Amino acid sequence: MLTKEIILNYLEAVTDPEIPVLTIQDMGIIRDIKILGEDAVEIFITPTYSGCPAMSAIATNIRLELISRGVSNVKISEQLSPAWTTDWMSEAGKTKLNAYGIAPPQYRTKQNPENEQDVVVPCPLCNSTNTTLLSQFGSTACKALYKCKDCLEPFDYFKCH
Amino acid sequence: MTNDKIQYILQLADNSLIHGHRLSEWCGHGPILEVDMALTNIALDNIGAARSFYQYAAELEGQCKTEDSYPYERDILEFRNVLLLELPNGEFSDTLMKCFFFDAFQFHFYTALQKSTDERIASIATKSLKEVTYHLRFSSEWVIRLGDGTAESKQKMQAAIADFWTYTGELFDASAAEKAMMSEGVAVDPASLRPLWEKTIADTFEEATLSYPIQKDGAWFQKGGKTGIHTEYIGFILAEMQYMQKSYPGLEW
Ligand SMILES: [Zn+2]
Repeated sequence: MLTKEIILNYLEAVTDPEIPVLTIQDMGIIRDIKILGEDAVEIFITPTYSGCPAMSAIATNIRLELISRGVSNVKISEQLSPAWTTDWMSEAGKTKLNAYGIAPPQYRTKQNPENEQDVVVPCPLCNSTNTTLLSQFGSTACKALYKCKDCLEPFDYFKCH
Repeated sequence: MTNDKIQYILQLADNSLIHGHRLSEWCGHGPILEVDMALTNIALDNIGAARSFYQYAAELEGQCKTEDSYPYERDILEFRNVLLLELPNGEFSDTLMKCFFFDAFQFHFYTALQKSTDERIASIATKSLKEVTYHLRFSSEWVIRLGDGTAESKQKMQAAIADFWTYTGELFDASAAEKAMMSEGVAVDPASLRPLWEKTIADTFEEATLSYPIQKDGAWFQKGGKTGIHTEYIGFILAEMQYMQKSYPGLEW
């Protein structure tokens, strides 16, 4: 008998194609799971950004993973509301992100600071807080580009959204 | 009723698509790498928003329509984007000014559209507003940097204002579909956004030390896109965008 927990367990194997250290659950992309039958489920996912090109790859990976576990009837639905926020990123995910070299979101969006440029983003490589914003738009829509003024390395910052 | 709603959704989608398409032309041509990435990221957000709207329109219309039917199978007269967005990119200063005028509009527009009585439209607005907030920050910062920059950069920004100002009025004119949807609380009255937009423009231009035309009631503006009467430029956009589907109808990746 399929349960939500079993499906969630299976989905632990599905990672973000652009940030492979994060599972889609770490990202907060899975919004709901409905068991429709013995081998049938509906998975509700939400896009991080409207134009995120990873979404179709994620949907395919979810389908393949579940089919390989014997869940052959997988329906994937996109859910836009409530809009995705980095507040849904797991703490474990943030730790993994930092270890991977991407600075994780530094505050919760509910406590939005007056000016985002004032947020101190520690360097994921040397932990220095002597860093500066280079560009609000990094290698993907969800990241900004920073530079560490101590170790001089550029790095991505997963911006609060 | 449903037809007006579809037309209204397509109008929003067309704005985002044509703007996104124009910005995508900057890919590999930005003045610096960071700007190149920013413009293409903004293009992606816009195309993403357009897809959400086209998907919804396709569901409402049925008849085997998909999100691809609208961008690929319609001709010029059926597009409902404002003229401002189909104008050529010009120099970086020109593109930036177009972005700034549109981003400022989109920011106030999506803020209001979050209260649409149509839940689906409201949810797209909420999602897009988060993204447009970045776009507006990017374009307004550059307007300030270049406006209050060198004599040459200021002159280019002033020229861009002169070129595009006459295309901003159309943003605030309600189309027939817009009016029909306003009465149901689905659409936002674009005229109500004008004071908000003007304040954003005025505040930013003041900081950028740029001058701009004083708004008078009854001032004449270029318009037509919302009724399908376009400039010659959209034809070139569609020729490129629709080429594959016209050569090989129904082609899939
Ligand atoms: Zn460092």
